[in-house]
Amino acid sequence: MESGSFFEVQSVSKSFRGLKAISNVAFRMAENEILGLIGPNGAGKTTLFNLITGFLQPDAGSITFLGRNLVNLGPHIICKMGITRTFQIVKPFSHLSTLENVAVGCYNRTAAVEAVEEKAWEILRFVGLEKKALQPASSLTTPDRKKLELARALGTRPKLMLLDEVMAGLNPKEQGDIVALVHKIRDGGTAILIIEHHMRVIMGVSDRVLVLHHGVCIADGEPERVCEDPGVIEAYLGKGAYACLGSTT
Amino acid sequence: MAEKGGYLKRKLGRNAWVALFLLLAALHVLPWVVPSILHIMIMVFLFSLMGQGWNVLGGYAGQFSFGHSLFFGLGAYVSSLLFVRLGLTPWLGIFVSCGAGVLLGLFIGFLSFRYGLKGPFFALIMLAFAEIFHMIATGWSAVGGALGVLIPLKGNAPGLMQFMHKGPFYFMTLWLMVGSIYLVWRLEGTRLGLYFLATREDHDAAEALGVNTFRAQMAAMAISAGMTAVGGTIYAQYLLYIDPDSTFGVVNSVEIMLRPIIGGPGTILGPLLGSVVLTPLSEVTRLAFQSYSGVYLMIYGMILVAVIMFLPGGLIGLARKIVSKVHRVVT
Repeated sequence: MESGSFFEVQSVSKSFRGLKAISNVAFRMAENEILGLIGPNGAGKTTLFNLITGFLQPDAGSITFLGRNLVNLGPHIICKMGITRTFQIVKPFSHLSTLENVAVGCYNRTAAVEAVEEKAWEILRFVGLEKKALQPASSLTTPDRKKLELARALGTRPKLMLLDEVMAGLNPKEQGDIVALVHKIRDGGTAILIIEHHMRVIMGVSDRVLVLHHGVCIADGEPERVCEDPGVIEAYLGKGAYACLGSTT
Repeated sequence: MAEKGGYLKRKLGRNAWVALFLLLAALHVLPWVVPSILHIMIMVFLFSLMGQGWNVLGGYAGQFSFGHSLFFGLGAYVSSLLFVRLGLTPWLGIFVSCGAGVLLGLFIGFLSFRYGLKGPFFALIMLAFAEIFHMIATGWSAVGGALGVLIPLKGNAPGLMQFMHKGPFYFMTLWLMVGSIYLVWRLEGTRLGLYFLATREDHDAAEALGVNTFRAQMAAMAISAGMTAVGGTIYAQYLLYIDPDSTFGVVNSVEIMLRPIIGGPGTILGPLLGSVVLTPLSEVTRLAFQSYSGVYLMIYGMILVAVIMFLPGGLIGLARKIVSKVHRVVT
């Protein structure tokens, strides 16, 4: 194992009262990489996110980021170190304005109000929410709320961003907007770990894909290769599906 | 929408400053114009100060306390006992009271927030601590027991915070109230202020964005407890007599929390507005139903139910709704 890897998860496991949610998952990420995380419902994707960002602590294994172990650190400390996340069920600060929502993230790096406000406006323009900056977040539409999740996370200036189904519930056009944003964020120097259910989207956006099934990592590789993996097809379509597919084509 | 900037920091235009100055000037002349109103105004200001204390924790940081009489009583007892037993002037005692309130607040906060206690559980913890202190104050004769503490009357002794008339208390409570509003107003425009709100709105999202929610809640608790304890000291010096029921009693928790809730929790002017509405009402009903003690509490109960059902944003929330509706009709 080379030292000084950007981000590394080593044989992490987590059980909930005997139910193995994550077992022995290990993977690495490089700087500026977009890694897709897929798997059927209940595969443990969100649990893995919770483990990485400190909302849950693993039973075993280690998670290292820039050489530091993240285990037993709280979410706000991990955020300070440069990892932040969005939530599958969006959690806007409803009674605050869109601008204030983003400002909360921006305060992660500085307490200077003027600098934070400037940065917040910059991010709002970047995601295209500047016209709604002064509205309460509760008045935003679903696609805008997803953008707000992204904007807030960006405000913390992460080196690694974890996106939990930011495109769920959006139409193809809106998904396209978010995909473009994700690419722009990566080009700005942020690595991205993204959970997504839309296969077309995840295959298009990711450099590499990781497949979880029953808490076990069953495939890890380039999107096209993972798609054709017999184990992955069976995880999604059931046992014997690969053979069936083979006989029909 | 114009991106002028300056939306995070709290600022007032020149006209607003002039209006505020005129209002304050009017309040300074008031004692000479209508002296009979002094007592009610002192109560309005005093409970607005303590309501602001509750508001920082309950309205801004979202931790609903049902036991702020704890800090009120502590403030009243600490300064009074220091004066009666050690002869320490309340002018210094008020700082000790404030410090004691902050420490006790941090202690309870540490116990509660470390385990992520919130909502009804936190409210009950506060109620329980207030009751514990109520019991101690009642049962322990060294702090006066059930009879309470009588602060010896020294006549006109400004050095001991005792005056022959109500005027000095009027100005003291007025300026403390103004100070509390100014403090919270400034706080709103800072990182800590926004962190309070983020913690209230969504704990997990705040954490994920780098907010140390535990520290934010502890800070809110400290500010809240300190402000309320200061109010307790002033109350004791104003009435020169305290007993366990009139300080640590549940009634006071209700009195303190009702003001920001009616005025508008989480707003700067909510506690003052609630106090302006509620204090005269409580004084009048207490006088009107003198022979039926406790009727005013029933009225409080009804008001509380009505406000929570129909005005969740309090009077300020109602005003905002009307303004935005008018705005929409006009444009």
